[in-house]
Amino acid sequence: MTERLGIVTSGSLEKGVEVKLDSPVSVEDMAVGRYVTVEGQKRRFFGMITDISLGVTDPRLTITPPDVSDDFVAEVLAGTATYGTLRVMPYLTIGGDAVSMLEGPQPVKTVPSHFSVVNLASQRDVELVFGKEDERRFYIGTPLDMETKICLDLEELVKRSNGVFGKSGTGKTFLTRILLIGMLQKSTAVNLIFDMHSEYGWAGSSEGGRAVKSLKQLFPSSVAVFTLDEESSRRRNVSTDFVVRIGYDEIEPEDVALLRQTLNLTEPAVEAVYQLRRRLGKSWLQSTLDLRESEEAKELLRELSIHESTFQNLLRGLQTIGRLPFLVPQAPDNPVKSALDYLDRGINVVLEFGRYTDITAYVLVANLLTRRIHAQYRDRMERAMGEAGARPRPLVITIEEAHKFLNPEVSSQTIFGTIAREMRKYNVTLLVIDQRPSGIDSEVMSQMGTKIACLLDNERDIDSVLAGVSGKSELKSVLARLESRQQALIFGHALPMPVVIKTREYGSARSYKELTSGEGPETKEQAEKDIEELWG
Amino acid sequence: MSTSGHPDRVGEVIAASTTDFVAQCYELYQSPPLGSLVKTRDESVELYGVVCGATTTSLEPGRRPIARGKDEASEEEIYRQSPQLLKLFRSEFSALVVGHRQGDKLYHYLPPKPARIHGFVYLCPPAEVRDFSQSFDFLNILINTPLPISNDELVAAVLRQMSQAYEDRHDFLVAAARELAILLSGQLSQLKAILGRIRP
Repeated sequence: MTERLGIVTSGSLEKGVEVKLDSPVSVEDMAVGRYVTVEGQKRRFFGMITDISLGVTDPRLTITPPDVSDDFVAEVLAGTATYGTLRVMPYLTIGGDAVSMLEGPQPVKTVPSHFSVVNLASQRDVELVFGKEDERRFYIGTPLDMETKICLDLEELVKRSNGVFGKSGTGKTFLTRILLIGMLQKSTAVNLIFDMHSEYGWAGSSEGGRAVKSLKQLFPSSVAVFTLDEESSRRRNVSTDFVVRIGYDEIEPEDVALLRQTLNLTEPAVEAVYQLRRRLGKSWLQSTLDLRESEEAKELLRELSIHESTFQNLLRGLQTIGRLPFLVPQAPDNPVKSALDYLDRGINVVLEFGRYTDITAYVLVANLLTRRIHAQYRDRMERAMGEAGARPRPLVITIEEAHKFLNPEVSSQTIFGTIAREMRKYNVTLLVIDQRPSGIDSEVMSQMGTKIACLLDNERDIDSVLAGVSGKSELKSVLARLESRQQALIFGHALPMPVVIKTREYGSARSYKELTSGEGPETKEQAEKDIEELWG
Repeated sequence: MSTSGHPDRVGEVIAASTTDFVAQCYELYQSPPLGSLVKTRDESVELYGVVCGATTTSLEPGRRPIARGKDEASEEEIYRQSPQLLKLFRSEFSALVVGHRQGDKLYHYLPPKPARIHGFVYLCPPAEVRDFSQSFDFLNILINTPLPISNDELVAAVLRQMSQAYEDRHDFLVAAARELAILLSGQLSQLKAILGRIRP
């Protein structure tokens, strides 16, 4: 099925080509973000509609408009004296020349010639560009007004840090859940998820308040739920695998530095932390909290030239940390070690925060655990490079409210900034979820491989998501016009070209079945093994 | 308006040029309506024209009729009282050549030679009108030939006439008007004038 839309009349590679609509085609049936093919003389081009506009052959028509209440006049003028135009951004060439025949769609390096015919892209064309669902590719959604499946190459996706952005309530969580399921099935990577609102582990809720199943319910054997708040998990009937307790001695000055803004600490107070750590050793936090109005304390402060008011400011901040219930003077076991144990076995770890949804707890714990896990990964990778050990499994760390970790002020200090920048050198990447991408350091944003953007309407957010993308202004108009639910613009490394998708269904019994039926070979093997054991 | 031999015969060519021809009607006042499609023949070529004007004058040039009805009750009575009157006047119509047919092929442009004097002129039946108006290329001639009457009027009259040959007049008129909209893309007022005259 080809649906002819019109012909190319002008344009450029940078700004896209102008297409005059044929007279029977109504501009009102068009939509930005839709795919078209352009039949050039030598090549076929694949592109996306990025703008739609109206034109008149005679400018006087706009000054003395005809009587449009007259149907006859309206019918005659539509498409002749008045017409619609599309701006189409060509992204790829498909077929036509030898290279694209053999190697699939190629990025465009030219534009179609004058008066090339423009058609709506067929299902086959879209399949040709985005591939079919297979071992590496995961079905994430459908393009607008089409039934074709858009698939993401997840093996490619997890090689870089990625971001999911969108206003609150636009479906970031649902999309992330689908992505995580995809990674769990189709890539070798394991996930560590810092689950601020306890939505990814056992169950989440839809906007309408309906409960939806999450990872652990769908894939019980490959997901472990860690919790910071055992009580909350128990109340929600979540079976947890590990209760995280963090010892005071685990906290490093960097963790406090990161919390400077949230704890309202002054610069000198942060400086003081480093001094105290140097002086008091590993148990500095406990020791500092124990420093009271004694002569000894005053002596120490004088020695370190820490001003009394600075110390009081610091102490107030540290007491806030100390009050966090999951922090204990002596931790019973090591959460980093057990998380790594699970991850090494290929089991994904979801850390639920339960009631501790305030940002202090989230930033502190995420940063603290990630830093240690990252350090371990770095050691192992370095050993692997020296051929003394196996490379660790690729790890994807999911963080929410990412701008708290990756804003320009702190991104250079946090481990997340480091991970985002050094990319996959150490086999650790990020999946960043955020509603204010403008708050994230532009340097970090530029390193993201694939970005998934749900509706954003703040100018600065849109700019920061699209920074560095070619055809930015065209994508901008697409992004600002997404529907507020279930629609997202995906672009970057894992896809040949930007795509607007309607996210696949999640939450119904059928969707669970579809999602779990595509489980990887491991589970199949496991099932076969189980059967074997059963029948001896 | 018919005469012996052919029911659609409406007259005979009495003057011809490459772009138009004039025909005299066999009966007084029986010229075909403005804008109707007529044809005549020059050897193997059939010429198509559209009626672009009609006149009725005295047979003798310079001799003007005089008013006769002062004592008559009706206009018809004048002609009944003086039946010779019908023989003293003549009706003529002129047609603008818009195309020709050679063999089976229709061409919507001027024929190689003008019409022949005394060639019979026929009114085209609806089927032939439909055939001829499959293409709107003839509109170009109608718009661009200088005429004693307004070109807009003629275009509108032709389209109105042709539309009668179609069951769905509206569709035909819309299609024709769209073609006009492209031809007259720079002449908005002219387009508006024609649209106003052909609105179904």
